[in-house]
Amino acid sequence: MEIAVFLFLSGIAIVAAANILVQRHPIYSALSLIVTFVALAGIYIQMHAEFIAVMQIVVYTGAIMVLFIFVIMLLNAGAEQKVPDKVHVVKYFGLPLASLLIFEAGLTASRTFDGEGIPVESASINLSGNTEMIGRALYTQYALPFEVTSVLLLVAIVGAIVMAKKEL
Amino acid sequence: MEALLKLLSDNVAGYGSLASPLQYLLPMVLASLCCIALVALFPIVAVYAERKVAAHMQDRLGPMRVGGWHGWAQTIADGIKLLLKEDIIPSEADRVLFKLAPLVVFAGGFASLVVLPFGASVIVSDLNIGVLYVVAISSLGVVGIIMAGWASNNKYALFGGMRAAAQIVSYEIPAVMAILTVVIPVGSLSTQEIVRAQEGGWLGIGNWFIFKPVTAVAFLVYYLASLAEVNRTPFDIPEAESELVAGYHTEYSGMRFAFFMLAEYVNMFVVSAIGATLFLGGWNSPVFGGPVAFMLKSVALVFVQFWLRWTLPRLRVDQLMYVSWKVLLPASFVLVILAGALAVR
Repeated sequence: MEIAVFLFLSGIAIVAAANILVQRHPIYSALSLIVTFVALAGIYIQMHAEFIAVMQIVVYTGAIMVLFIFVIMLLNAGAEQKVPDKVHVVKYFGLPLASLLIFEAGLTASRTFDGEGIPVESASINLSGNTEMIGRALYTQYALPFEVTSVLLLVAIVGAIVMAKKEL
Repeated sequence: MEALLKLLSDNVAGYGSLASPLQYLLPMVLASLCCIALVALFPIVAVYAERKVAAHMQDRLGPMRVGGWHGWAQTIADGIKLLLKEDIIPSEADRVLFKLAPLVVFAGGFASLVVLPFGASVIVSDLNIGVLYVVAISSLGVVGIIMAGWASNNKYALFGGMRAAAQIVSYEIPAVMAILTVVIPVGSLSTQEIVRAQEGGWLGIGNWFIFKPVTAVAFLVYYLASLAEVNRTPFDIPEAESELVAGYHTEYSGMRFAFFMLAEYVNMFVVSAIGATLFLGGWNSPVFGGPVAFMLKSVALVFVQFWLRWTLPRLRVDQLMYVSWKVLLPASFVLVILAGALAVR
């Protein structure tokens, strides 16, 4: 049952991810990306990482992808024209490099998981949906990185306002 | 759903001997059938109720003829009419997205029903991230609205879709902040935990969050933001008929239009039910608890939505953004800080 659900979700994720590349229209690509994110969220839920799954949907689908689609619609971007490839290097090196990458990823994965997987204290995770654990870790062990990220985001917000409003 | 599984295995002979995936699948199917029934029936009643409420507020009678007694069958007749209507797709529209959009919008509202706590054990699934799940799922509906606006290839639809998306994304922030003021004292995101935290107190209602200082204001913030999230007056700018014909569903007809209507009414119910869960004690009640109390509270909040719609004029776009970013958002930040301070003590 678990394997069936996992295969179903990962199948959707992979097909949608391939669809991002195949589609000629940016809107279709953006929507396929949303499907990929939702399927990934499903896989997170299967791993009992509900908080991360929901955050994935809130941040990526709810905020980032809506912004993407907004921009695509405002620019009124049409379908891409198919142009013959001028750069032959891509053709000759693309496939070998891609297969090398997949091989390497597979190698690393097979080394880390020797069929056992990582043990998790599932009892404590199930209790609070690991929201509490993530919060505790963020505000104790990783307090400094967390605060630095917040300042970075604040800088980005201030920058956006300065750029959008010429006269302050 | 666990309760349903237990009920089935206790009362149906030979249920335990079924194949194990089937044992889990059957309660799932039953639970989703219940949700579909609610989703199909609630709009029929609510549309009729809204027309009656609107009519009486304007000193009219409203639908009186279809079905005899006070025109009770009016929405059923309207539903049949929508089913039989010709389904028109504009020739310049993007056919795939045009067909998909109503389903995406509808699915966003429908999926939220999973975590609504109708009673102590009447809930499809008591997710430990319950409230956050509703926030996430409702953001999927935005994608559907933008899809509808863009795929129609109509300037009014596109404007409506963009206004809706901007509005929903802006008002999500104060709504989530207001939800946070409840989550902080409870210490859990699960809807059932939040309801249980409101049990007891003075007259059996003293522990409801609406009667506590910080969360009482948070309820106002949440309710206003939720009105904007479901595009209701005074925030119905995405479908402002005087400027945009009908907004993002201008080009839709027949059953596809009906899906948008269904989604709107389901979303109205969902935000009211979440409001009832978070602030009005959920299924707790001094007289009779359970699903009846929960439904009464939700429907009362839906009635307030009708009431506001037929009382208030529509805001302008700039006023809308002003309310969200300069009034509700700072207020909700202050509330979250106060709630945090109270929780630390």
